[in-house]
Amino acid sequence: MFEVYRAILMRDLTLALRRRSDVFITLFFFVVVVSLFPLGIGPEMDTLRMIAPGVVWVAALLSSMLALERLFTVDFDDGALEQMLLAPQPMFILVLGKVTAHWLITGIPLVLMSPLMGLQYDLSGNALLVLLVSLLLGTPALSLIGAIGAALTLGLRGGGVLVSLLVLPLSIPVLIFGAGAVEASVSGLGEQGHLYMMGAILVLALLFAPLATLAALRISAE
Amino acid sequence: MSSRILNWFKFSSPATFYPLAGRIGVWSMVIAVVLIVVGLYMSFFVAPTDYKQGEGYRIIYVHVPAAWMSMFIYLVMAFWSVLGIIYNTRLSAMMTSALAPTGAMFAFLSLWTGAFWGKPMWGTWWVWDARLTSALILFFLYLGYIALQGAIDDTRRSDRAGALLVLVGVVNIPIIYFSVKWWNTLHQGATIKMSGEASMDPVMLWTMLIMTFGFWAYAIATAMSRVRSIILERERETTWVSELPEVRG
Repeated sequence: MFEVYRAILMRDLTLALRRRSDVFITLFFFVVVVSLFPLGIGPEMDTLRMIAPGVVWVAALLSSMLALERLFTVDFDDGALEQMLLAPQPMFILVLGKVTAHWLITGIPLVLMSPLMGLQYDLSGNALLVLLVSLLLGTPALSLIGAIGAALTLGLRGGGVLVSLLVLPLSIPVLIFGAGAVEASVSGLGEQGHLYMMGAILVLALLFAPLATLAALRISAE
Repeated sequence: MSSRILNWFKFSSPATFYPLAGRIGVWSMVIAVVLIVVGLYMSFFVAPTDYKQGEGYRIIYVHVPAAWMSMFIYLVMAFWSVLGIIYNTRLSAMMTSALAPTGAMFAFLSLWTGAFWGKPMWGTWWVWDARLTSALILFFLYLGYIALQGAIDDTRRSDRAGALLVLVGVVNIPIIYFSVKWWNTLHQGATIKMSGEASMDPVMLWTMLIMTFGFWAYAIATAMSRVRSIILERERETTWVSELPEVRG
């Protein structure tokens, strides 16, 4: 079972490395959105420091939505997805492998870039670390929840916008605890509670989201 | 006993449910009109003026039932989705999609009347209170469902995808509600909380209940009329539809 997981992971990573522009589009979108906020709000550092966690988190949420459309589309179009559904190996593992690959391609770059974005907003060193950890816990949950929406809208016209409409309300808890962790750490309340909740959400998403995604894939690929 | 169970399953076929839905729809509409007229009369003229909030409070007779119905209808949609997934009946999905617009309407109505209530009472149209925020998210969930249904042309796929989305939403609602609640208490944004009116005048309570049942009957009536349209649209190729007097005439 682990071999299947690794095989699908390596396959998707290789495919992504052959088309590197996809990775950079997501990352670039994230950077641009975060950098646009000070231009709209004004350069006062006190305000910026206050809104920084929310801005970075909303930008991360939007960029992970942006990347979702490609999660299953390519495999669906060339028929590989159908073969995976027919494969004797448990589809749960295959879905998990695809989502992991997707997270490594689109989530990790955001996580690594986020301290730099935090510096633009004059966050303290400790807050940057909390931001990094919260994104590290939150982005895989976003990918997992988003995979349900991506599977439901597979092959539909206007799928990208539809995914956002379906998935954004469902990912509100991740946003609340993610941005909340940084804010709590800045205001001195301690970020542990929020991070524990994010961990709980991640575990729940890890257990249930692939099942829902799998059901959605079966409906869509029928 | 077994015949009674069989009777229930008889109505899972669109052909037998169609005339029943017509009868239920007409009667619910009559009940809805009567109850809402009585309820509105009571809420404007019979119910006493609130000693603290004055006359402006009267909008809660629309607001609270609408908010209740918006939550209840989502649960009913989840119920039909479960039935649809377990028994693979076409009618369950038709009921789900027939209920969604009414639910969205009630969710919007509760937000709208809430804003009207908030302006004179709190001095603002909107606060980021936990309940208001979760009501807004519920409205978004309805819109997501309707958008997904609209985007899929194949009815079988749209039925099953919609059912799955409703179920994912229902599992998520408690998590969303508690996270929003916690978020709200941490932020201390809204200082005014909607505390439940524990000591309510019996007339007020009755008015509220009458309005709730009126809205309930209205929801059934609209859902029935919508499900009849959906049945006609989807079964238009069948003989029984072409033999209906309203189709032939």
